Amino acid sequence: MIAALSLSSCQRVHPPNATPPVPGTAPQTIENKGSDTLVNLALAWAEAYIQARPDVRISVTGGGSGTGIAAMINGTVDIANASRAMTEEELRASRVNGIEPIEFVVARDAIAVVVHPDNPVDGLTLQQISDIYTGKITNWRELGGEDRPIVLLSRESNSGTYIYFLEYVLRMGDTRSDLLFSPDTLLLPSSEGITAEVRQNPNAIGYEGLGYVTGNVKVLGVAVREQDPYVMPSVETVNDGLYPVSRPLYMYVRGEPVGEIADYLNWILTDGQEIVLELGFVPLEG
Amino acid sequence: MCGARMNDQEQQPRREARVEPVSTARGLGQGRDHHWGEFLVENAIRVLGFSAIGFVVLIFLFLLQEGLPTFFRVELPILFGQRWYPTFDLYGTMPLILGSVLVTIVAIAIALPLGVATAVFVREVAPNWAREILKPMIETLAGIPSVVLGFFGMTIVAPLVRDVLGAPTGLTAFTGALLLAYMSLPTIISVAEDALDAVPKSYRDAGLAMGATRWQTIWRVVVPAARSGIITAIMLGMGRAIGETMAVMMVTGNAARMPVTADSLFRPVRTMTATIAAEMGEVARGSTHYHVLFGVGIILFVLTFMINLAAASVIFQKRRRGGLR
Repeated sequence: MIAALSLSSCQRVHPPNATPPVPGTAPQTIENKGSDTLVNLALAWAEAYIQARPDVRISVTGGGSGTGIAAMINGTVDIANASRAMTEEELRASRVNGIEPIEFVVARDAIAVVVHPDNPVDGLTLQQISDIYTGKITNWRELGGEDRPIVLLSRESNSGTYIYFLEYVLRMGDTRSDLLFSPDTLLLPSSEGITAEVRQNPNAIGYEGLGYVTGNVKVLGVAVREQDPYVMPSVETVNDGLYPVSRPLYMYVRGEPVGEIADYLNWILTDGQEIVLELGFVPLEG
Repeated sequence: MCGARMNDQEQQPRREARVEPVSTARGLGQGRDHHWGEFLVENAIRVLGFSAIGFVVLIFLFLLQEGLPTFFRVELPILFGQRWYPTFDLYGTMPLILGSVLVTIVAIAIALPLGVATAVFVREVAPNWAREILKPMIETLAGIPSVVLGFFGMTIVAPLVRDVLGAPTGLTAFTGALLLAYMSLPTIISVAEDALDAVPKSYRDAGLAMGATRWQTIWRVVVPAARSGIITAIMLGMGRAIGETMAVMMVTGNAARMPVTADSLFRPVRTMTATIAAEMGEVARGSTHYHVLFGVGIILFVLTFMINLAAASVIFQKRRRGGLR
């Protein structure tokens, strides 16, 4: 995905490692690439930013966190989007290239677990959610609910949310685990589809980005272990790190940002936060 | 014969039936002076006709080019395995194939009696004025966009299936089959009705003259005489059902489970068409997943081809025995 954005003459300060503008050519473009989870948010930011700053061009591409970070290390993009922190290996690789990556947390991604409003279950542990989605627990009775079969709802397998939920909840962060969603899991093409089914079906359980949660469904509290408190997801609990099914989303730049890139990142961390919730993510606090 | 608008599913048999009149027209034209205009039009039509075939061939070649690598890249036991987790390189297409087959067969089992009965009613029983109203109405049914039906299925049919039949969720194979039955009905009715229409009046007269009741004449004489046309109707309806995507994707739940247990009809399934539609948009071009989706397209094509072949062979056999049509 590439956002084609506006152009005009460019007479601003340029990042040090970018080629200086040749008069009469297109202005400097901020190249922004990486995580597919972040791509829609990054696009929305870019579109909103050029409304205010029509003299800037920003190009946004997906491809995955690893792809974005690799491109940033190789110097082909200015900003790498990542839904995970850089690994030791990646940090080493960038230092070999003489680049000290600077990390910015630009938003947070939290997943809410939702059920029908009449469901008496109020909270689940990560282990229970994992057992539900892998098909080990198949009846709400086993969780203190009514004697009803559990209907599992998920996003399609190409959604970033699907992968995140699988890695952090089903496999509970264990990279050697090979647990998969139960084959009985209904894969719905959109968050709206999940909300619609959860709203009508007392058997259903679903998950969706916190920003997409609407009324008419019941959000469950989540605990890491049984003895821990069950935390309801909210902007506060996510930012405080109390809600377990959440993760920061990053942007990485090569060295301390200057010029256009610094302006853009500054805007993202301040005014840009206003549109974060609309895209299903959690804005940074304060 | 009926002069109403036909939709594209029904054009095929109709085109076949019109081959003769067209060639007669050309025969007449040859007798006259040679007109430039006629020459141009005739050739333009010929080019268009052949280009249609050309496009089909090109599409088929493209499908083969993109899909065949599947069968080399993915080991066959995995490709025909039972686990479809494309994100983790598990490309078992069996749940998808069986899902499509289950939904299609059940849809036809529902649509067949309804469709044939409606065709018999419209053609043989209904008074003229009722026929004049019913025919265009049935043909209008075919024009309802499938996404509208899908939405209707999601909001009305699925909750009914859950509440009335007690399924854990309303998004089931059965819900999909109900919608598909509804969608294939116009095809089945129109084609079956044409087949009944083609039965000579003398058959009916003979039946009645032998002392058979009207019902006996219809059921024992007219319907069997139109059998090959009715089978064509079923095959076309099946073709429509197996290829339908949008409505199915919206109401079947898309869970890639093997539909082999007794209750599978009332559990979610994932069809081949829904899989292609849901996953093609996000897949990286040239990746294994991309080729596998085309491979699924080939499997779907082969299934549809076999259905058409079966239909053709039935008609062919019937002809050899000197039956109608």
